[in-house]
Amino acid sequence: MTTDTRVILICSGKGGVGKTTLTANLGISLARQGFKTAVLDADFGLRNLDLLLGLENRIVYTAQEVLEEECRLDQALVKHKQESNLSLLPAGNPRMLDWLKPDDMKCIVNMLSEQFNYVLIDCPAGVEDGFKNAMAASQEAIVVTNPEVSAVRDADRVIGLLNTNAIKPVQLVLNRVRPKMMASQEMLSITDVTDILALPLLGLVLEDEQVIVSTNRGEPLTLNSVNSPAAKCYLNIAKRLQGEDIPLIDPVEESAGFGAKFRKLMQTKIF
Amino acid sequence: MTLRDIINKLLRRQPSSASTARERLQLVLAHDRSDLSTEILDQMRKEILGVVAKYVEIDMDEGAVSLETEDRMTALVANLPIKRTLNGQIKIIDPKNKSTENLQDEQTEDQNPE
Repeated sequence: MTTDTRVILICSGKGGVGKTTLTANLGISLARQGFKTAVLDADFGLRNLDLLLGLENRIVYTAQEVLEEECRLDQALVKHKQESNLSLLPAGNPRMLDWLKPDDMKCIVNMLSEQFNYVLIDCPAGVEDGFKNAMAASQEAIVVTNPEVSAVRDADRVIGLLNTNAIKPVQLVLNRVRPKMMASQEMLSITDVTDILALPLLGLVLEDEQVIVSTNRGEPLTLNSVNSPAAKCYLNIAKRLQGEDIPLIDPVEESAGFGAKFRKLMQTKIF
Repeated sequence: MTLRDIINKLLRRQPSSASTARERLQLVLAHDRSDLSTEILDQMRKEILGVVAKYVEIDMDEGAVSLETEDRMTALVANLPIKRTLNGQIKIIDPKNKSTENLQDEQTEDQNPE
């Protein structure tokens, strides 16, 4: 039994900001580094983690059958084809809404903790029961947001709830960063978001068309396209999660070329 | 405020959309984080102005009470411009003399919602 299992909730409040993509890529990256990793899809009403990992046809049982003792845990776990250290567990199937309670979630996570180093919980959008169930079983959290007003506002709500439930540490991932827009100050900057939310930044992920290509194929970027901009970001996040000191890339410099220095000067805060 | 915002201001151009977003977010989050409604905030503003107006003459139209937020700390900030006399002195109202114009205005306003 591994007592030092890290149970990490991946949440955002708003939907569509990249929770599931982050969970899939972080899962692959951690598994690659040799950690036994389980990804738990807590969003069973609208589950998608199986699709992003290319495992949608291999699900037979879910956590519900495990809890009802209709099958063993290892029968419900779906091992990834290429990364044997990674397993997926769907919490339930979409036809069975409302069966899950916070204690059920705790029970599943306790079972997973016995055989995995990492348990990543892909949280449903919203701040209602689905979120509360997923939070009940978590120790720490990663809040994913985009540099947009609505995503930041919803992230703030979620952070408030995580704080009152003593989940810590809570770290931030800023997803879908567009360097050019940030450079021309038509997008909230990294410091704008970290100042407003007052969270340590675990990493940022650059906007990358390859993300869509990889979801089409059901092969997370970190699996095969490790040189794409977003894949590098995901790998860095996985390393920082380990405590490695990887410097953040500066999106304004990333947009590079002519005038990058000038744009940086224009962003200098005067007061 | 960034250097770009200052240049925009000088040229009377629109501020960058990022700084508009930042300001709007800070305002909306201050309200989200506290449970104060705008009505309660407005009532509080009137009462605070009323208390201060007992002692110094303030500009009732300019006074503003707002919620500001930084590092997940929310503060209630009251900005009350004090009227000055021509020689630059602050007008102090004698607390015993309560029949000042400002105070009467405030009291009539307070009675309206009831």
